[in-house]
Amino acid sequence: MTQMNTLLEVSGVSVSFDGFRAINNLSFQIGPAELRAVIGPNGAGKTTFMDIVTGKTRPDEGRVLFGEKSISLLSMSEARIAQAGVGRKFQKPTVFEDQSVRENLMMALKAPRSWWAVLRFRAAAQDIARVEELAEEVGLRSELDRTAGELSHGQKQWLEIGMLLAQEPRLLLVDEPAAGMTPEERAHTTDLLIEAAKTRAVVVVEHDMEFVRRLNCKVTVLHEGSVLAEGGLDHVTANPQVIDVYLGR
Amino acid sequence: MTQLLHACRALFCVALLTLAQICAAQDSTPDTVQVSPLQDVLQADAALIAKASRKTIGPVIDRIADSGLPAAAGFLSDWQEKNIWQRKADGLFFRGEEVADRLYALRDLDSGLIVGESPKDDLNQLKPNSGVRGLIATALVRFQLSDPDPVTRAEALLAIERRPGAELLAPLRASIAAEPDATLKARKQRIERLLTIGYGQDPADRIAAIRAMPTDLGVDVRAALNPLVATTLTVAQKLPDGANLARILTPGSADLTRLQAYDMLVEANLAPRRATSAEIKTLLADHIEGGQVGGVALIRLSDPQARALAYQALAGQGLLPPLVTDADIDRALAAHVFFETYAEPNADVTAAAELALASIATRVGLNQSLDLGLDAISLASIYFLAAIGLAITFGLMGVINMAHGEFIMMGAYTGYVVQQVIPNHTVSILLAIPLAFAVTFAAGVAMERLVIRHLYHRPLETLLATFGISIALQQLAKNIFGTQARPLTAPDWLDGALVMNDVLAISYIRIAIFVLALIFLAFFLFLMKRTRLGLETRAVTQNPRMAAAMGINPGRVNMLTFGLGSGIAGIAGVAIGLYAKVTSELGADYIVQSFMTVVVGGVGNIWGALLGATMIGGLQKGIEWLNPSNTLAAQTYMIIFIIIFIQFRPRGIIALKGRAAGD
Amino acid sequence: MRKSFIAQNPSILIFLACLALFTLCVTVLSEGAGAGLISTSFIKTLGKTLCLCLVAIAMDLIWGYCGILSLGHFAFFGLGGYMIGMWLMYARTEMIVQNALAQGGIPPTPQEITDGIGSQIFGVVGSSDFPLIWAFADSLTLQLLLVVLVPAVLALVFGWLAFRSRVAGVYLSILTQAMTLALALYLFQNDSGLRGNNGLSGLQNLPGVTAPQALVSMWFFWASALALGLGYLLSAWVISGKFGSVIRGIRDNEARVRFLGYPVESFKLMLFTLTAMIAAIAGALYYPQAGIINPAEIAPIASIYLAVWVAIGGRGRLYGAGLGAAFFSLVSTWFTGGQAPDINLGFYTIQWVDWWQVMLGLSFVLVTLFAPKGIGGLFDLLQRKNDA
Repeated sequence: MTQMNTLLEVSGVSVSFDGFRAINNLSFQIGPAELRAVIGPNGAGKTTFMDIVTGKTRPDEGRVLFGEKSISLLSMSEARIAQAGVGRKFQKPTVFEDQSVRENLMMALKAPRSWWAVLRFRAAAQDIARVEELAEEVGLRSELDRTAGELSHGQKQWLEIGMLLAQEPRLLLVDEPAAGMTPEERAHTTDLLIEAAKTRAVVVVEHDMEFVRRLNCKVTVLHEGSVLAEGGLDHVTANPQVIDVYLGR
Repeated sequence: MTQLLHACRALFCVALLTLAQICAAQDSTPDTVQVSPLQDVLQADAALIAKASRKTIGPVIDRIADSGLPAAAGFLSDWQEKNIWQRKADGLFFRGEEVADRLYALRDLDSGLIVGESPKDDLNQLKPNSGVRGLIATALVRFQLSDPDPVTRAEALLAIERRPGAELLAPLRASIAAEPDATLKARKQRIERLLTIGYGQDPADRIAAIRAMPTDLGVDVRAALNPLVATTLTVAQKLPDGANLARILTPGSADLTRLQAYDMLVEANLAPRRATSAEIKTLLADHIEGGQVGGVALIRLSDPQARALAYQALAGQGLLPPLVTDADIDRALAAHVFFETYAEPNADVTAAAELALASIATRVGLNQSLDLGLDAISLASIYFLAAIGLAITFGLMGVINMAHGEFIMMGAYTGYVVQQVIPNHTVSILLAIPLAFAVTFAAGVAMERLVIRHLYHRPLETLLATFGISIALQQLAKNIFGTQARPLTAPDWLDGALVMNDVLAISYIRIAIFVLALIFLAFFLFLMKRTRLGLETRAVTQNPRMAAAMGINPGRVNMLTFGLGSGIAGIAGVAIGLYAKVTSELGADYIVQSFMTVVVGGVGNIWGALLGATMIGGLQKGIEWLNPSNTLAAQTYMIIFIIIFIQFRPRGIIALKGRAAGD
Repeated sequence: MRKSFIAQNPSILIFLACLALFTLCVTVLSEGAGAGLISTSFIKTLGKTLCLCLVAIAMDLIWGYCGILSLGHFAFFGLGGYMIGMWLMYARTEMIVQNALAQGGIPPTPQEITDGIGSQIFGVVGSSDFPLIWAFADSLTLQLLLVVLVPAVLALVFGWLAFRSRVAGVYLSILTQAMTLALALYLFQNDSGLRGNNGLSGLQNLPGVTAPQALVSMWFFWASALALGLGYLLSAWVISGKFGSVIRGIRDNEARVRFLGYPVESFKLMLFTLTAMIAAIAGALYYPQAGIINPAEIAPIASIYLAVWVAIGGRGRLYGAGLGAAFFSLVSTWFTGGQAPDINLGFYTIQWVDWWQVMLGLSFVLVTLFAPKGIGGLFDLLQRKNDA
């Protein structure tokens, strides 16, 4: 891959907590419009990897470069990284339960984020239209004025995905989106992610092999904080090392 | 010549005395002719003794004391205590003892034998006034200094320390060589040096005495040295000859402003008085004529320069004394010299004293910093005691209990109530400690069951609810015990202080609190690391659901842990009550500092609480030392410091790292 | 969505209408401007209550909407009072001193006037020099500016330090409490320049105004009502749109808002400072009606009471906060003023002056446990019944 075809480049990153190496010399790359699944056993460093990219955890060493201009994300705050175009979906659905679906989406909608701009912000016609369009996309059109707390688990997950799309990120990090969903809900979620990856980079962390297979994309296997194998799902599942550390157990 | 005479007389007396003893041994009948040397000495000055006055009696007392007679000391002390009577008939002196109403038995002064009885009317009692008694006492000291009983000698030294005087120097010096007791000898030498510094005749002796002192921290040493370096500020036309000058001051400097210097000139009648602006105003007001003063319109007189003009106009007309201008002041100041002189005329002595004082000051400073360090440690112990319960409930369980301070107060009041029932302080304190624990443990458990249990995961609401309990408890205490402070008295063996020297002393209560803090630390560590409850508590605080899955009842553990933290607060209350007065606001005074201690130290770690307490205690004492007059300011700055400190270590001194700390 | 924020939320209009009606009724019945059924001292109590409602609304904004339990907003309230108090005291003393000095015949020099005011004001703390902080005390305009600027700067500096290091939750509460304690202790000192524990007094007299107290207290009552109305409108506007969404989001899940790209710290800081300013304005109106301000007013416990009013009134509802403050300050005045009848149980007489605090404390506990939404929550219940 050339530099132009890389959106996110993580190289030589290590981080340790109290002597425990959570991430060990990890390198990872993803292109501007690509879907990628990251799998690995518990403690492989999947969540820490996301923490590093989104600025929650500072690595001890290594580089994290983003975008055409290869800006370093390491010295930026979480908010700045999000503004630069990195969206993150947490493992548990985290929507603002006290507020309506409309308010949730409106808050996520791409717009200036400074307090002054937000204070003066009044929704214009195209903002309202965009919110309705997004709600349609994630299947919550009829729920727009309901309080998010009243939604079902799956609906909350979609709302969160909708909020991420509203942010219009260039890179989307999704942590176990299918956990706790019914088979129909899973199918819908898969479609949403595949659709999203047509215009942006999407990294999905998932345990569920069936779900990963349906995504039908390149897979990265993490183990003990570094990349063990990379390639198609069939390719990595045939890798004896992967079988040994992950599937074999 | 006179000395020789004295010596002869003494020799003669000794001879007579020996003779008297031989006579007494041979023939003890009272009618035998008495040899009475003391009586003879007294009779030589009988008139002066009978009408003793402070002015004239000195030499007489000296003659008696110098007589070397064995009965002299006894006589002097009897005289001092008004036991000496003079027989009117022959003017002889006796010790009188009342044997019946108005009838006195008379005892011979030399032999101590009763020689007869007289009715009171035939006798005159010698009643020395207090001045004379003082002189007698001084004379007595000479005897006491070489008394065979070391206790008497020590008392005599104490008397000298209390009333030092020039006349004591010689007898003290004389008694040093023969002093058998090493401690007393050292003490005598020290006092001799102090007396030499103050009253010695030979400057060389005094300087030597001063030079021997620079390591002595006694207040008396400084008291002896300070008068030597005391100065007086004087003004004169020129410097006097032969004065022991300390320094020359220039008017207009920080130590002597121009106006102060001029006021000195006025006081010494060396310059005319300067009218103050208020006086000028009054004088001007006396001369208002038709809306004008001295030709200046009244309305303009709010300007000081206009006032000066008006005044000068009036002065020019001779209506007011001339104004002392700045130029006058400068001229007067230039014509005089301002200087400080030592009261002590010998420059070498003052120089040595300055040097010794500087050296003592350094050592005093050192000891004071040590004292400050000890103060800081004891304050830290108090904070640690107040905070250790919180380290459990807040630090470990994450429950913010605003009523923690009131648990401390409850403990203190428990101690007070126990003392009302059991008057013996030792027993009552020993009983109060477990009782205070029981009371606050019960209160803590009740509070956990009734309130806090329902508010886990809602920390801010816990804060409010416990605050409600806090004000209810405070007011309840006020209603029951009243608003005035109640005493919680420490047992006698905790009274007093461990005195290192005149600068350094630690009260036993502070030591006890420090020891108590150590015991608590050990107890806490033992409980957490070595007992089942500690294990379960750690398990529940780290992961309540997992702990429950392993058969631990988190409700029970939470209840017990909270009760424990509260119980410890109760014991801390007893300790703090001994140190401070017991009021309903006792706990509130410590609550913010306690939370700060836990937060600064690092939540969830007992060593953190210890470090936090040490830091806060040390800091507060340090700031108090920089600005000793203002403990309020010390607390203010300390809190500001803590707010800034948290910037750099948001998780406290001992921070838990890792993913657990992030959430 | 394009409707004005007032139209979206009928409670704003209802609240403002109630406030206007209340003001009108009080005016009509008042001693100073109406029928004389309400005494001047009670007008002052009502005016003070309106100020407390305003500071409670500020507290609700920062705590109920943004989740920051600040135990320092009463300190900002007190600071506002101190700032206006400095001018009131200076200007009044200046008039007194000028009159006294004019008696002598010779007009006083500026220096004499300054010295006279200095010794009048600072005599009680054994000083007569003007501290630096009184530099602007002779100017009403500057001092009015300081009413908002001083608390704003303090809030800005403190907030910047605290939010920057991501202190949150109860830690932040304790830190704000410490700040309040530090401020109160500082003001308690005699050399703080604000007369130590004597505080500033005689604030009820407006310098140069000869109108009777009955009328002056009406002016302050109207000003308090106006301030409350405007403060309510401002607060309602702030929380109406996306800004309100964001701060409520911060309350519920700060990390999520951060990952949406909002600079959470600057939102918190802005709101903290804004509410500090509102609190200060409320204080600047309160203390001239109280007549005196001293450091005990600023003690941390006052800020905790404020939080309790808001909790009992109902967090996350502006009118709830106002209601809670009004209810509590009036009931408290009634009980502590000795107006409540004592209850004789035969063996013990319950004196409300003593037992009111105990009851108050226990009522916090009950409300926190059983009515976490406060009095405002009752309105929600009623509304839901009507809807059904």
